[in-house]
Amino acid sequence: MAESYVEHEVGHPALQHHFANLEQQREAGTLGMWVFLVTEIMFFGGMFLAYTLYRSKYPEAFAIASNHLDIKLGAINTAVLIFSSFTMAMAVYSTQIGKRRAQIISLVATIILGLAFLGIKAVEYYQKYEDHLIPGSLIPGNPFNPDPHAMHLTQGVLMQHVQMFYWIYFAMTGMHALHMIIGVGLLSFLLYFSVKGRYSPEYHNPVEVIGLYWHFVDIVWIFLFPLLYLLGRHTGGH
Amino acid sequence: MSEHIVPVKVYVGIFLALMVGTAITVLAAFQNFPGALNVIVAMTIAVVKATLVVLYFMHVRYSARLIWVIVASALFWMAILFALTFSDYWTRGWT
Amino acid sequence: MEEFTPPVPSKINYINAQYGLKSWLLTKDHKRIALLYLGSITFFFFIGGIYAMLIRLELLTPQGDLLQSTTYNKVFTQHGIIMVFFFLIPSIPATLGNFLVPMMIGAKDLAFPRINLLSWYIYMLGGLITIYALLAGGVDTGWTFYTPFSTTFSNSYVVAAGLGIFINGFSSILTGLNFIVTIHTMRAPGMTWFRLPLFIWSHYATSLVMILGTPVIAITVLLVAFERVAHIGIFDPAVGGDPVLFQHLFWFYSHPAVYIMILPSMGVVSELIANFSRKNIFGYSFVAFSSLAIAVFGFLVWGHHLFVSGQSIYAGMIFSFLSFAVAVPSAIKVFNWTATLYKGSISFDTPMLYALGFIGLFTIGGMTGLFLATLGVDVHVTDTYFIVAHFHYIMVGGAIFGYLGGLHYWWPKISGRMYPDGWGRFSALLIFAGFNLTFFPQFVAGYLGMPRRYHAYPPEFQVFNVLSTAGASILAVGYLIPAIYLVWSMRYGKVAPGNPWNLPGLEWRTQSPPPTENFDYTPVVTWEAYEFAPPEETEVVGRFRDEVPEKV
Repeated sequence: MAESYVEHEVGHPALQHHFANLEQQREAGTLGMWVFLVTEIMFFGGMFLAYTLYRSKYPEAFAIASNHLDIKLGAINTAVLIFSSFTMAMAVYSTQIGKRRAQIISLVATIILGLAFLGIKAVEYYQKYEDHLIPGSLIPGNPFNPDPHAMHLTQGVLMQHVQMFYWIYFAMTGMHALHMIIGVGLLSFLLYFSVKGRYSPEYHNPVEVIGLYWHFVDIVWIFLFPLLYLLGRHTGGH
Repeated sequence: MSEHIVPVKVYVGIFLALMVGTAITVLAAFQNFPGALNVIVAMTIAVVKATLVVLYFMHVRYSARLIWVIVASALFWMAILFALTFSDYWTRGWT
Repeated sequence: MEEFTPPVPSKINYINAQYGLKSWLLTKDHKRIALLYLGSITFFFFIGGIYAMLIRLELLTPQGDLLQSTTYNKVFTQHGIIMVFFFLIPSIPATLGNFLVPMMIGAKDLAFPRINLLSWYIYMLGGLITIYALLAGGVDTGWTFYTPFSTTFSNSYVVAAGLGIFINGFSSILTGLNFIVTIHTMRAPGMTWFRLPLFIWSHYATSLVMILGTPVIAITVLLVAFERVAHIGIFDPAVGGDPVLFQHLFWFYSHPAVYIMILPSMGVVSELIANFSRKNIFGYSFVAFSSLAIAVFGFLVWGHHLFVSGQSIYAGMIFSFLSFAVAVPSAIKVFNWTATLYKGSISFDTPMLYALGFIGLFTIGGMTGLFLATLGVDVHVTDTYFIVAHFHYIMVGGAIFGYLGGLHYWWPKISGRMYPDGWGRFSALLIFAGFNLTFFPQFVAGYLGMPRRYHAYPPEFQVFNVLSTAGASILAVGYLIPAIYLVWSMRYGKVAPGNPWNLPGLEWRTQSPPPTENFDYTPVVTWEAYEFAPPEETEVVGRFRDEVPEKV
């Protein structure tokens, strides 16, 4: 029995006092991030539910509103984000095999791609602002008031249902962008400690865990892109 | 350490698959498929892409069963939220 | 109880390990964080209690004489918000759970101590914002924030209160996350899943509800706040929105939230019943899995809050059936507790009085819940005092009884002092009597048709309201007595030994109060949960009960 007795292993500076060893600490970290991602899924789930309900209620208005989004920028952004997911995976990989230079380069690339995504998103938002498509009175002095002609509004479709699409669009992409901003912050934190040489094949849980978060944000976008930009294109999109 | 190191080749392959999936879904969106097929095609591609990210980029394919259970339970609870909410909406006399 | 010499007085424990305000506000020790939570939820409990007294005073007479109708709307709303979000949800998990989950599984701390501290700060921030909303002018929507009243018509501080609840939700999520990870990864050697105390199982189930449900209410109140500020129309029928969507999203969390309140309480009661009968719990695995079953089934029943929202008969039947189903695991627990008592050597200590009270009151609360799951009956009693009485039997008779029982039971461990037993039993009985006098008449009044949420009512209901207000006064005294003697006992109480109840659980195998890392050695578990030694050996076990677990 005495052999099964577990004491705190002394040694690695990153080992926290209440864990028996690095393996347990790593397991807890990874599990914690997965549980957190479950809460994130439910958080976005509420908005996906609202989207599904209103899209089934107002299909024409949603198609019209969706066709007004910039599909080119949306597609480019999808590619940018997938690429950043790839560089993130490479960051984890190079940490696992102990290649510091590759690790730093991958992290820098991920950060740059994340910022590029946010920049393109900002351009899109600005276009919507110019077209008075920001819903409600969210921006004081610039209420929702698009030109019905420019929207190709067909007979019987109410502008308020178009507004509903834009509110869901802004709520979901806005929440997604917020997660991206947090993600870029977390990556900068990783980069800082990675330059300082903290992560090694023995201890790289933070890289792994933040990687999980980054991939999750990517997955949300993988669903947002078709739901917001693509569905309804075939009904006379341009 | 019981962790599995995924070879670079796999990452590159998944990355290319995701890019191809994105291209296909954009092209498919402009085709006029009958009925709800447009939605089905778009969502199927999205689910496949998300599954690839989860299994390979997020290493779930090589992870403990507990992680599988966690992922599955998140999807299950989403399904509850949708199924029971729409069990109300689909049977309502008014909409 | 036998007298034992207390642990060596110079022994360092988590309370005297460090001194000063800073050592408390920056602590990462789960036991100290539990005490921070204990102080703050008690504060919110008394604020909520003041609102409760105002409600009962107003309802003493049929006329609206003490409060105006608008004030009354705010008073019951604020009673609900404070009690639900700032007392009941965090009550047992954040205090007893925080303190005991690591100790019961033989860990040194929760998996993420910093996140644990963060959750308390988030809770306080959410609480302060909510208090700001109350002081600035109050909220009058009811704790349910139904749209479009909350988004469009109410002239009160809905956004601030909603923001407070939104922020507070993260504290709940982080607590649940911490528990799940801790229970999975930090169990001591030998502590297998089926050796876990049932308290742990119920906290695991609670955590599931916390992490799966809370995000949905978070996004919902956020959307309400945006709707109110920017008039976008997501829940507003005037611009194409759907208020029923709000009800679905709200109750997807808020019905399971009831299980966040009751499941930990059930865990406490399982501990109390087994330990004060000195018997292994009857049907351990049934009680353990029924917690999980309640957590899962709890997510399937929310539609019964929408029975009168124009829901179709088909959806109504589905939700009605599912609501009946959730009674099965709850009943399994009640039957198993009762079977545990059978031929047990029962001692009626204060915690046990609360546990027995819980069983009775929870049964009444649960059975009346079945009335409400029945479509026809529900239509009759919707929005009456029958509902109010029903959920108070669950939330007070269930959740608070479990909380107070657990607080007394583990008080020697938490504080290192015994509470005065005579006062303890007296106040337990007083609370039981006061509670029933308060809420039982409300069943009758509600069944006869007295609506809830009005400050005036027809004179024929006065007799029930007078009884209810009288009961509430007794209840208030009953709550004050433990508040006083528990504080008193921290200084003047008899010094508690490591294992005052002579029990096998891990938390009793260390000194009271425990050292910062809980155990002097990492314990190795070689016994089953609730494994009481045969009578002839009890004495021997008892002799060593102040010992830390020997290195096996």
